[in-house]
Parts: sequence; structure tokens; C-alpha cells
Amino acid sequence: MAVKVQRGQTFSEYWEFRRSRRARKLNRSRAGNALLFGLMVICGVFMVLPLVMIVNNALKPPEEIFRFPPQIFVRNPTHENFTDLFVLMSNSWVPFSRYILNTLIISGCGTAGHVLCASLAAYPLTKHRFPGAKLLFSMVILSMMFSWTVTQIPNYMIISALGINNTYLAMILPSWSYGLGLYLMKQFMEQIPDSLIESARLDGAGELGVFWRIIMPNVKPAWLTLAIFQFQVLWSNTGSLFLRDEELKPLQYAMQQIAAGGAARAGAAAAVAFVLAAIPITFFLVCQSSILETMTTSGLKE
Amino acid sequence: MAAEPRGDYTEKLSARIRKGGVSYMMLAPYFALFFFFTVLPVLISMFFSFTTFDMHSLPQFIGWGNYAKLMLEDDLFITALKNTLIFAVVTGPVSYVLCLLFAWIINEFRGFPRALLTLVFYAPSISGQAYLIWNIILTGDRYGYLNGFLMQMDFIQQAIVWMKTEKYVLPVLIVVQLWLSLGTGFLAFIAGLQTIDKSLYEAGAIDGVKNRWQELWFITLPAIKPQLMFGAVMQITQSFAIADVSLNLAGNPSVNNAGSTIVTFLLDHGGIRFEMGYASAIATVLFGLMVGTNKLVQLLLRRVGS
Repeated sequence: MAVKVQRGQTFSEYWEFRRSRRARKLNRSRAGNALLFGLMVICGVFMVLPLVMIVNNALKPPEEIFRFPPQIFVRNPTHENFTDLFVLMSNSWVPFSRYILNTLIISGCGTAGHVLCASLAAYPLTKHRFPGAKLLFSMVILSMMFSWTVTQIPNYMIISALGINNTYLAMILPSWSYGLGLYLMKQFMEQIPDSLIESARLDGAGELGVFWRIIMPNVKPAWLTLAIFQFQVLWSNTGSLFLRDEELKPLQYAMQQIAAGGAARAGAAAAVAFVLAAIPITFFLVCQSSILETMTTSGLKE
Repeated sequence: MAAEPRGDYTEKLSARIRKGGVSYMMLAPYFALFFFFTVLPVLISMFFSFTTFDMHSLPQFIGWGNYAKLMLEDDLFITALKNTLIFAVVTGPVSYVLCLLFAWIINEFRGFPRALLTLVFYAPSISGQAYLIWNIILTGDRYGYLNGFLMQMDFIQQAIVWMKTEKYVLPVLIVVQLWLSLGTGFLAFIAGLQTIDKSLYEAGAIDGVKNRWQELWFITLPAIKPQLMFGAVMQITQSFAIADVSLNLAGNPSVNNAGSTIVTFLLDHGGIRFEMGYASAIATVLFGLMVGTNKLVQLLLRRVGS
């Protein structure tokens, strides 16, 4: 700033310049605003339209679902589809509460264990110095560079060999070691000042004590984020690869079975689509600020 | 890590390992599982890719046989590979640029509009099976939204059976995939952009940055470089793994394999035919493609702003 003043500009000229820029934001032309805003609106409509259709379809009575020309917006909203869904749910062979319980167990244990394991490993990787730390972390980064489909077949063999096929554990245990969680946790922990840890050590806290009383409370946004990401993964998993018993299958599976019933169940299927999409979106809405706070530290430095 | 002095390297390695006892204990639960469910599977997959394993007879070592068959004899694999590359080359960079572009525009907003726009763009990627709505949009008779709309506007006279017409399959799948692709990378960009020090922009304006495009290139992008690298990893991995969208919209097998990708091909051989050796070779090729592309793009991105 001082540069301009030295170039023979008076202070009043300088402040004039600052104020005129600030009235409209710095470096923002009207044409550019219009262009980008227009683009945003067009793409925003494209993004949101299918979601709007899901909501409207869920509220449509049957005669509106099969109608030509098709209408996006519902004329006579009804909760018929949801009542249909409840009737179908209460008639299922395995009580529907069982599917809900399965989903709660799998995503509950999967999420809690993942947050705990990943934080416990992220702390020494961030704040301790020991041989192999770099190697381990670069392996985790490497694991984010390929998707789980690559390891699916050997994973199946390993889970069979461990004897946990067709149990909840087959879904829960692998999910504890996802790479993204450890990565985000470690990047977030980097910003905890070392002095905080030092002073806790001087007060006589052991490493587990430091972890539990100093680190964990300070990374709350990160564990909320991990929990949400993990929940989204487990929520959308039908478990069809590992779970064979009907009594173990999650809600996602049961809902898809209902939705697969063809034209006769088009209404209930629309209600299913609504429920399956609404739950993760609601979770994200509630935790949006924590998630964004965690993602600020997500950068890959090397 | 950089804040602390580097470990005392005059000490012997064994002594340093012994000192790290607590650290290793804390790492143990995560990395034991990581080893069992990530490292070991990759190694197993690479090992079996050189054999004829089929789950019931003993695997026989056949060297590069599976790979030779994949590359030279299997036309279906070449189709799948070609489709996957088209997918990756289009959806990877396009979704990456879209993530960045929208995050950048959203960054101009504050408060409620900002939260709403973030949700609108991010929601499709987290709503699980919500993309099945495209089945209804693309329904092949006149009750489908797209057909109905186009017929009303008189663009077409007859309903188009979108997912059963070879030339539409891949483009339509790409559009749906793009709709789904503003995920973790997008969030990282939004978060990264909001932390940029505002005084950088003021200093830049005084130093001669004239418009938002210069500002983007000279100030914004270099400032979020770590997020750019992270976002690239997320988008690239995702763009090579396309399978579910294809299976659920185009069916399996799709018309003349127009929607087949390496992953659907892999599921076909591993999950249905139990040709584990062959499937492992496919998985290893996919692994190489994903990791190789990621490493290459990381190298390129280091140069941003320089």
C-alpha cells in the first residue's frame, strides 16, 4: 500500500481509490458478475432439477406419476405414497424395525470406530517423531488414489478367511481404516499448537491422556466431518456382497427391494427415493459449518 | 511436524524404534486394519494376476498370460478401457474445473445464499441412490421427462429410447456422472477459498491486478494450491471408478457394451464368472491407471502459478 503513496499519490487520493473500489468489490466488473451469475443460475437449475423431481414425485398421486405430458410439479400433493411405503414396510417378511436396527448398528459402530481409530493414529503421525511415520502416511495418501473396487475381490477372500463373512463385522471392520478419514484428521491436527501438548505433558499427562483430554476436544469439527462422510458411505451401502442373511441386511437394501417392484409400486418407490436422499442431505445441512472448517485444512502439501 | 527439530539421527535406528513404542501402540489399531483391508488386498491382487486362480482349483502361475490376453485378445476389455478413458478424460477435468468454478463463484456470496448454493451443488453427490431419478427422466417412452419435454417443444416427433441407443449411452452417462461429481473436492475448494487472507487481494490490486481473472490466476489459485492437489486426487479417483451409474442406468450388459467400463468388466469376471486370476489382472491395470494418473497430475499441479 505504501508503494502507491510513494509514487506521488496523496493520502486522500489513496483513500479515494480504496473507497471507490470497495463500493463495488475489488476487481469486480458488472459484465463479469452478470456472466458468472448467469452461468451459476443455469447450472444451479440443472443440479437442483432432479432433486426437485424426487420431492415432487414423492408427493404425486398415481394418476399424476403416469401422465402425458409429464409435469415436474405436483398438482394435488398427497401423502399416499408414504402411507403405501409404510404398509409395504409393515408387511415385509423380516420386520422392518430389524432393517433399521441393522443400519443403526452398522453405521453407528462403523462411524464411531473409524473416528476413534483414525484419530488415535493421526495423533502420533502428526505430533510424534519416530521411524516409519512418513512411509505410513504416504501409504495412506496412496490409498486415496485408487477406489475400493480395485481391492474388492481380495477383500472378499480376506473377510471369508477371517471368518467374519455374513456378520456385521464384515461391513464394520474395513470401514474403520478408510484413508480419507485419517488424512483429514491428521491435516486438522497439524494446527494444534505443540505448546498445548507440551504443557499437558509437564502437568504429568501420559500420551493417552494428552490424546483424550487435549487433542480430541480440539478436533471436534474434524470428527464430526469424519462421522458424516463415514455415515454417507455406510448409509448407501446395501451390503449385498457380504451379508446374506435377510435378518442382517440394512435399510438401504430393503428400500431398494420395495422400489424394484415395478409400475405397481411407482408411488412407494418415489417415497423411497425421497427418504434415501433426504437423510444424508439433512445430516450435511446440520453439520455444514464443521465440515467446511475441517476441509480448510484438507490441502495436500508434500 | 516441521515445527519440531528432526529426530536425533545420531541415535541408532533400533533405539529410535524402541523410543517410539507409545506411538506404534497408538497406530496399531488403524494400521492393522489398513494392512488387512487395503495393503494386503492390493498385494494379493497383484499376485493372483499372474495366475489362473478360479476359487476351486489350485492357482497356476502363468506369467504375463492374463495381461497378454487382456490387451491383445479381449475386445470387450478394449471397449471397456476405451469407455473408461473417455469417461475419465471428460468427467475428470470437467468436474474438476466445475468444482473450482462453482466454489469460486460461491465464494462471492455470504451468509444464507452461500449455504444454499453450497447445498444445491453438493447435494447430488451425497444423496446416494438419488441418481436413479435419471431413470425416470430418461424413460424411453413418452412418459419420460426428457422425451415429454422434447416432444412438446417439437424437437423430436417420436420418443427416443435413450439408454438403448448406442450413440446416446456414453454421453448421457457422462452428464449424469458430472451431476454427481461435485463432492469432497468441491467442499475442499470452498473451504480453501474462504481462508485466503483478504489483504492479499488488496495488495494485488495495488500491484496491478486489474480484473477477477488475473486475481484468480495470480493470487487465488496459488493460495489454495494444497486444496487443488487434494481435490485432484478426489476427482481423478472417482472418474476412473465409474460403474454404478452405468450398471443402473444402461444395464449390464449395456447395448453393444456402449456403457461398459473397466469396473463393470471387472465385476463381470470376478463377481459372476469367478475368473479371479483374470479379474485380478483387470484390477491391477485399473490400480495402475488410477495411481499413475494421480501421480502425473500431482506433478503438473505443483506448477500452478509459477
